[in-house]
Amino acid sequence: MSSADRPLSPHLQIYRWQLTSVLSILHRLTGVVLSAGAILLVWWLVAAASGPEAYEGVEDFLGSWIGLVLLLGWSVALFYHLCNGIRHLVWDTGHALDLKSTYVGGWTVIALTAVLTLAAWIAGISRWVS
Amino acid sequence: MRSPLGRAIGLGSAKEGVEHWWAQRMTAIALVPLSLWFVSAVIGLIGADLETVQNWVSQPLAAILLVLLLIAMFYHVSLGLQVVIEDYVHTELVKLGLVGATRLLCFGFAVAGIFAVLSMALGGSS
Repeated sequence: MSSADRPLSPHLQIYRWQLTSVLSILHRLTGVVLSAGAILLVWWLVAAASGPEAYEGVEDFLGSWIGLVLLLGWSVALFYHLCNGIRHLVWDTGHALDLKSTYVGGWTVIALTAVLTLAAWIAGISRWVS
Repeated sequence: MRSPLGRAIGLGSAKEGVEHWWAQRMTAIALVPLSLWFVSAVIGLIGADLETVQNWVSQPLAAILLVLLLIAMFYHVSLGLQVVIEDYVHTELVKLGLVGATRLLCFGFAVAGIFAVLSMALGGSS
């Protein structure tokens, strides 16, 4: 068997995913997503500094369906990356590295991400309505 | 503490890994309060017109925190994307190009954002 024919590991079709690796991939993915979000922040600031015409462009984009979906995605990504980043910082001190703690921490991060995202959007929508 | 392969290849440490690792952690810690502050501030600005936004940016505290956010954020983005690129791109020249381009873009975006904040905070020309 030549090296090219060998099965890849992990063999994705029969691979059972684990929370730990999925969260690790998500940390990287949300980091890349947030890098794009950082550009939006600069666009917003530069437009606000440039005047009414430029600012209208940002407002139209953010108020559109695509803009709102992107904002929702970025808020989830931000809260996830924030919470999981703190989990990483705890690991960097040498704590909570055993299997049980990584799972407890992982589920805590997921729960906190949901709570923070929900809280932010409820606060935002109630502000928008009033 | 060197493997036989490591001895044969004869390359030592690049002696710059610690700085990257440390800077990534420092910017991460700085971004925890800064990003939470920013999210809550933005929620408060929902529905605001341009003038309200400009007045908000012009406040000293908001301007200072925005500049700090931009610096910490783009530094963190640059370090993070560098690791991603180094993990997946193995052609030396392409890797160098991408990491270099990422650095420059991060620097450029940070400068643009900081300039916008300062022009609103100090100039008020618009």
